[in-house]
Amino acid sequence: MSVIKLVWNYLLAKPLNTVLNIVLLALGIAVITLLLLFNNQLQENIAKNGRGIDLVVGAKGSPLQLILCNIFHIDYPTGNIKLNEAERIAKNRLIKQAIPLALGDSYQLFRIVGTNQQYADLYEMQLAEGKWWTKNLEVTIGSNVALLGKLKMGDVFASAHGMTEGGHAHDAHQFKVVGIMKPSNTVIDNLIFTNVESVWIMHEEHAEGEEEDHHHHDDPEDHQLEVSADFKPSVLVPSVSANDSTHEITAMLLEYRSPMGAVQMPRIVNSQSSLQAASPAFETARLFSILGVGVDALMAFAYVLIFISGLSIFIALYNSLKERRYDLAIMRSMGASRLKLVFTILLEGILLTTVGSLIGLGLGHGILALIANLIEEAQKAGVTALVFYTEEWILLAGSLLLGLLCAIIPAWQAYKTDISKVLAGN
Amino acid sequence: MIEVKGLVYAYNGQKAISFPDFTINSGEHCLLLGSSGSGKTTLLHILGGLLRNYRGSVITLGQELSQLSESALDAFRGKHMGFIFQKNHLITALSVEDNLKLAPYLAGTNIDEKRISEILERLGIDSKRTAKVTEISQGQAQRVAIARAVMHKPAIILADEPTSALDDTSCEQVIQLLMEVARENKASLIVATHDQRIKSYINKQVILTPKL
Repeated sequence: MSVIKLVWNYLLAKPLNTVLNIVLLALGIAVITLLLLFNNQLQENIAKNGRGIDLVVGAKGSPLQLILCNIFHIDYPTGNIKLNEAERIAKNRLIKQAIPLALGDSYQLFRIVGTNQQYADLYEMQLAEGKWWTKNLEVTIGSNVALLGKLKMGDVFASAHGMTEGGHAHDAHQFKVVGIMKPSNTVIDNLIFTNVESVWIMHEEHAEGEEEDHHHHDDPEDHQLEVSADFKPSVLVPSVSANDSTHEITAMLLEYRSPMGAVQMPRIVNSQSSLQAASPAFETARLFSILGVGVDALMAFAYVLIFISGLSIFIALYNSLKERRYDLAIMRSMGASRLKLVFTILLEGILLTTVGSLIGLGLGHGILALIANLIEEAQKAGVTALVFYTEEWILLAGSLLLGLLCAIIPAWQAYKTDISKVLAGN
Repeated sequence: MIEVKGLVYAYNGQKAISFPDFTINSGEHCLLLGSSGSGKTTLLHILGGLLRNYRGSVITLGQELSQLSESALDAFRGKHMGFIFQKNHLITALSVEDNLKLAPYLAGTNIDEKRISEILERLGIDSKRTAKVTEISQGQAQRVAIARAVMHKPAIILADEPTSALDDTSCEQVIQLLMEVARENKASLIVATHDQRIKSYINKQVILTPKL
C-alpha cells in the first residue's frame, strides 16, 4: 500500500471519467507538441538552408516563389535570366560572392542543380565518398538521392526535363555519379549537383529536339575549344566569355560585402526590367506570418482542449470528493493526518495530468513520425519525430501545475472536512 | 484507562450536552446507552479523539486528549484506537487486502502481512483476501471492517451502533465476535448503541439521557 497505489485505485475505480480526462488533455498536448516539433524544425531548417545568402536574383515573378525555388528547392523557377545581365549585378562592388544556379531537370523527382564549388562551400557540404563535380556531366549527389534513388558511385543516369514525373527524358546525354555527400538534414540531401554547363548541354539537346529551327547550337564543350586571345571568362561561368548574351541561368545567390548592400542592391536589381531580387530573410518571415495564422488557430484550439480538460478534471475531483467524504473521514479515523489526505487529492490531480501529458507528448511524436514516414515532402523538409525540445519539459511542468491547480479546491475541501459530522451521518 | 470528568460538549450554536463522569479500566468493556439525540455518538467521538473542543476532562491512556494538537491526535488515534461504524464503510476502490493495509499505512506504521493473514483467518474471510469490497456480502463486509479496526492491535475499540441494522441472530454473532476479538487483542470495547439486545452482554453501562 502506498499513496500512489491508493490514488491509482481511485482513478481506476472510475475508468470512464479517468479515460475522458486523460484523452482530453492528451489531445491538447499532442496538438501543441506536433505544432511545436513541426514549427521548430521548419524554422531551424529554413535558417540552415538560407544561411549566408543575402539576396536571390532571378526572373520577375513572385519573390516568395523565387526563394522557395532557389533556396528551398520546393517551388518551380520563375523563369530564366540572361547570363550577361546576372553578370553585371555580380560584378557590383557591394557583392562579395555570387553563385549561379541553373535548374530545370530532375532525376526521379530529385532536382538537378547546376552550380559551382562555391555553393558546396557556402553550405559546408561534406562528401561521404568520391569527389565534387568538376567536369561536364559529372554529378555529386545528396544522401537521400543515393538512398531513395538507389544510385551509387559510378552509376550513370539520364535526367528528365522538368521537375515532375513523366517529363521528357534527355537520353542523349548521361550523368555520371562521382561523389555522394554525407546526410545534412537539409534540402541538400535531396539534390543532385553538377556544373552549369551540364544543364545547358541537356537543354540545348532538348531545344534541338523540339525546335528544329533553333539556331543557337553551341555546345559548351565547343566553347572551351574556341578559346581565343581576347577571351575574357565570365565571373559566373568561367567556361563562357564575359557578356555572353546567349546563355541563361535560373537564378543567382548573392552575399553582400557590407550592410550597404542590403540598402542598395534590391533597388539596383529591381530597377532592371527583367530581373527581380528577393531577400530570403524577408520572404521566409513573410511566409511564416502567413502560416502563422493557421498555426495560431491550431494552438488556440489546443489550449481550449487543455482548458476543457482542466475543467473536467476539476469537476471530476470535486464530485468524487463529495462521494468520498465518508472515505476521507474513515481514513482520518484510522490516523491519517489532514495533510496526508490533501496530498492524496493533489496527487490524484497531478497523476491524471502527468499521464495525460505523457500520452500527449508520445502521441505528438507518434503522429509526426507517421507524417514523416507517409508524406515525402515532410521527409524532404528534414522533419523528424526523434527530436526533443526543452519546450516539451515546459509542457510537462505546465501539466503538473494544471493538475495541482485543478486539485487545490477539492483538496482544501478535504482539509476542512469535519470528520465527526461526516461519521455521525449528518 | 479512560477517565471522564465534568465533560460538556457544545456544537456550534447549539445547546451544550453534559455527560456523566465515568471511568473504564484497561480491558474492560463498556456500553454507552441512550436513545437518538442523547449524545452517545458525540461521546464516542470525543473518547476516540474525533472531536476535540470539549470542556472538562477526558484522559485516555494517561493523555488529556484536548491538549494534543490536531496532527498529534491523528497519530494518537492511528496508534491506539480502532473504529467500527454502523455502515462498515470500506474503501470501495480497494480490495479487501488493501483496505486492511490502508490502516497501518495511514497510521504510518509498517504493514505486517502475517498479521493480515492471521486476522482474515480468524474472522473466516481468508478466501476473500483479494476480492473487491463491492463483491462481498454484507456480513463479510462487517467482518472486514472489524478486521480493519483491530489490525494494529489498538488498546480501545470503539463501535458506533454496530448491531442496530441487524436481525437477532446476526446481532448476537456480531457482538460475540467483537467481544472475542477485543479480548484476544487485549483491547477495551466501547459500544455506543440504543440496541437493547446487547445490554446482556456487557455489564458496564453508561446511560445517557436525552438533553432537555
